[in-house]
Amino acid sequence: MPLTLFWFFAIVMLVGGLAVVSLRNPVAAALAMVSSFVGLAGLFIGLNAYFVGVMQILVYAGAIMVLFLFIIMLLDLKTEEKQAPKVVPLVGGLGIVLAFTIQLFGILGKVPNKESTPIDYQAASEHYAPISKSVSERLADGQLPDVNLVGDVIFKGYNLPLQIVGVLLLVATVGVVVLSKRQTI
Amino acid sequence: MEILIPLLIILAKIVGLTFMVVLPLVPVCVYFERRFSAVIQDRVGPNRVGIPLTLFGGKKDIPLFGIVQPVADAVKLLLKEDFTPTNVRTAFYWLAPALTIVPSLVTVCVIPFGSPLTVNGEEIKLVIADLDVGPLFIFAVSSLTVYGITLAGWSSNSKYPFIGGVRSTAQMISYEICLGLSIIPVLMWYGDLNLSNIVEHQSKNGWLLLPFWGESAPWNNGGDYTAWLFWFPAVIAFLIFTISIFAETNRMPFDLPECETELVGGYHTEYSSMKFAMFFMGEYAAMVIGSALIVTLFLGGWSLGPSFDQWSAGLEIGSVGIGGLLGLAVFMAKLIVFILFFILVRWTVPRFRYDQLMRLGWIIFFEVALINVFLGALVIAAPHLGIVITLVGAVLLAAVSSALIWVLKVSDKREDPNTGLLASN
Repeated sequence: MPLTLFWFFAIVMLVGGLAVVSLRNPVAAALAMVSSFVGLAGLFIGLNAYFVGVMQILVYAGAIMVLFLFIIMLLDLKTEEKQAPKVVPLVGGLGIVLAFTIQLFGILGKVPNKESTPIDYQAASEHYAPISKSVSERLADGQLPDVNLVGDVIFKGYNLPLQIVGVLLLVATVGVVVLSKRQTI
Repeated sequence: MEILIPLLIILAKIVGLTFMVVLPLVPVCVYFERRFSAVIQDRVGPNRVGIPLTLFGGKKDIPLFGIVQPVADAVKLLLKEDFTPTNVRTAFYWLAPALTIVPSLVTVCVIPFGSPLTVNGEEIKLVIADLDVGPLFIFAVSSLTVYGITLAGWSSNSKYPFIGGVRSTAQMISYEICLGLSIIPVLMWYGDLNLSNIVEHQSKNGWLLLPFWGESAPWNNGGDYTAWLFWFPAVIAFLIFTISIFAETNRMPFDLPECETELVGGYHTEYSSMKFAMFFMGEYAAMVIGSALIVTLFLGGWSLGPSFDQWSAGLEIGSVGIGGLLGLAVFMAKLIVFILFFILVRWTVPRFRYDQLMRLGWIIFFEVALINVFLGALVIAAPHLGIVITLVGAVLLAAVSSALIWVLKVSDKREDPNTGLLASN
């Protein structure tokens, strides 16, 4: 990814994140969160992880934040806007941010700045040759069919955890239905 | 220079495809909608606006079947007073129309509009961004349209727009699930998420809904009926996907968010002039993109049978292969036929009630799409599995489907025949 695009999306994300905590209007804060997610998705796509980037928008920005926005709108939090910021939580929050930043720079200072190893497309293509012809061809062509690769790893390497997570989600869904039905009967 | 030329090509594609193909389709759609609805209702429709010769001292206007009507509409919308009511939340009120139209236009970038053009031996694909996650990208970006509608409803500070916004969001989130689930068997069949490759595959091997040439016809591939068997899950996917697109774009019979009899105008009640026009354009652009996606996935995109595709790929003027433009024409023809179908449905089917809409989405389509995923997988895997396992799979699938139908029948709440209300409420 060109460096300019990296900075663009990083700044979008950081400004969005800052706006989430600093804006007084809850709806504006929720929208700032969405823009932060979009910036994050841009960063993922810049790393050639198209699938993760698109999922970031589809799931977080497109579904979860809409529900958040809704709850905020339905509650209509007028008091939030008029509240003056209190000193103690503000100082505490800034202190935590400062501590983490110092720690981050400490770690970054110790780790040498390594060049990332480029992907060995030829070896990857040979590895996928017996599994899938089209994936292998695309890898040999220098493309990264990340959806196929992610699917291959998840469904072959981590099939049981995936099924368990699926059952967990199903239980959660059934639980929601049971809880919301109980009130009417 | 090396960077400049590809950039210029991309810019030309963006301007050409988004602003000269998709956006002009919006007024065309409006014209078709008005004329077609007039035909259906046995009226005349807008047939007067043509070349206004009387303005320049002529004796008579040339009506031209009213083709210029959309231009007059656009001028009217631009020149109207742009009124902002007093107690709206101004920033969000201004932001909302842009948030509605921008995602619709962004999704244009992954639609393959035609077969590749060749200029001096170099291939130029008629798609702005040849992403490997095409359909997912469209779903992701178009799911952001919800924000525009929600914000419009909320920031108008008025009851009816708010109810419209709430309805629209609930509807769009529900039908997004059906939309995503219904095309899973289709994507499994292609094994690819790149829309250009999908169309290419269909051009060689027969459209998904017309598997009559290339590899998918049994007389070409040594008696393999998989493609013909896959026709059944493909048709189910096609039906669910098309109807969900109707709901997703807030078209009749699912236009509950803006139904006039209940909500005045829905989420755009308080908007006027160009801001209203932007909602309008966003809605129609979403309809165009939805039709384009259906045509691309199920009806072969820009292809028109193998002999036509080969003939058009060989066409050249000088050193420029112009086959892509013919592909573009075929694609547009299919698109317009589909848009006419959208309009036909709008003026034929009465509006659903809101609980019926939710029932259709969550109880019928969701389950059918889920079963369809298994059906599609079974059809695709059957040649590799052997007859016994396939039969066991088919029996299991039939058992699960009938169990599901039974559960739905048992849990179904009957409507009171007199009031039309559900019994428990």
